[in-house]
Amino acid sequence: MKYLDEYRDGNVASKIVDEMRRVQTRPWVLMEVCGGQTHSIVKNGIDHLLPEGVELVHGPGCPVCVTPLEMIDKAHAIARGHDVIFCSFGDMLRVPGSDGDLFTIKSQGGDVRIVYSPLDCLKIARASPGKQVVFFAIGFETTAPANAMLAWRAREEQVNNLSLLVSHVLVPPALEAILQSPENRVQGFLGPGHVCAVMGYSEYDPISARFNVPIVVTGFEPLDILHGTLMTIQQLEEGRSTVENQYSRVLDRVGNLPAQTLIKKVFEVGDRKWRGIGNIPMSGYRLRGEFARHDAEKLFNVASIATLEPEICISGEILRGIKKPHDCPAFGTLCSPQHPLGATMVSAEGACAAYYAYGRHLKPQGADTLHQISQGAVAHVAGGSISVNRERA
Amino acid sequence: MCLAIPGKVVDTFEQRGLRMAKVQFGGIVRETCLEYVPETKIGEYVLVHVGFAISRVDEAEAERTYQALMDLDQLTELESPVVEEMEPGGDRR
Repeated sequence: MKYLDEYRDGNVASKIVDEMRRVQTRPWVLMEVCGGQTHSIVKNGIDHLLPEGVELVHGPGCPVCVTPLEMIDKAHAIARGHDVIFCSFGDMLRVPGSDGDLFTIKSQGGDVRIVYSPLDCLKIARASPGKQVVFFAIGFETTAPANAMLAWRAREEQVNNLSLLVSHVLVPPALEAILQSPENRVQGFLGPGHVCAVMGYSEYDPISARFNVPIVVTGFEPLDILHGTLMTIQQLEEGRSTVENQYSRVLDRVGNLPAQTLIKKVFEVGDRKWRGIGNIPMSGYRLRGEFARHDAEKLFNVASIATLEPEICISGEILRGIKKPHDCPAFGTLCSPQHPLGATMVSAEGACAAYYAYGRHLKPQGADTLHQISQGAVAHVAGGSISVNRERA
Repeated sequence: MCLAIPGKVVDTFEQRGLRMAKVQFGGIVRETCLEYVPETKIGEYVLVHVGFAISRVDEAEAERTYQALMDLDQLTELESPVVEEMEPGGDRR
């Protein structure tokens, strides 16, 4: 870890927070979009380091969380089929549907396999010509290049026993849905770094302009999040609303053009349901017509599966930044990572699961806890990155 | 699973027409598709998400990001099983 030492400076976090205090004149509500950012914020107690009146609410950017229950049930119906090898990223296996999870199906004799890369499914399909190999293609824009390549290669190589159950979601339409809600509280966004590594960030310009909100594309390390928060507050205090890039050491405005090209060849934008939120128009990818032969929703008889989500769960309001996990009567009692009722508890990147994992269901965040968390965050921040802050501070 | 993990390209090769690499993440080496960053050379660092390199980073950034992901317990996808190329009918599971 030779590079850690030169970036070790425990004062940087407090300098950023001091600068926030200096520029802030009124309360602001910001949303971090990415589930990785949420996890980092809760683990490091970054929200408790911020000046009073600067509130972070947690956004919908956890792909496992927002995959609708209905799609999970469709996946399970397919995975239970004879002659099916059902492939998925590991995170999806323990997400409960209406009746158990993929682990349950595996224990009951279903051929369910964890894959690291979507391309693994091509190897499995070529080796198993008598089976239907189905891949659960979930994710945000970060995952789309990988899933697009699987569909593209399946068609090119005519691997006709391979199909994709696609449940892909997009960040910009979700931000618009949040901002259009009459209950919206969000005044600025920390944009998702690795999503923008693929897509660039020019597509956020119209949203920022139309709704007068700053959007600062931000990394997920503690200092990144503090710095992105400061940049957003600076815009708000100055009455500006533009798209800025805090994470310039990793991404640029353009993104990854070869990836974007293949995504467009394979996917088209369509309406998509989000777990906890419901349908958002033009908010997801689906396979283009040329890939119908590899579209599991068309190949398997699952169109009629429709599932309602538990009424008590408030994950939809949490995903839109209207409520926090503590506002839910089921949080930590009826609902836990072992028995999740809804979207934000099903994955470690969900707000409720992150709050639960770091003990926030046990007691209110009193002064002592706050102090401990803050100390921990400063210690952690000391090992983080400050390169961007040095350039810009 | 929305985060990409940095690793070092230790070998490059072609597989069924795809530009591929062996990428080292700490003590784990995984096959990675380089089609989206085709100019990447051995010894360079890439951000990898579900087996695909999506951008290049420098060594310092790679080390810091890897450490941050380790702190967040976000490296488990690297432990997913390795799927080897098999002959048709060779999958005996």
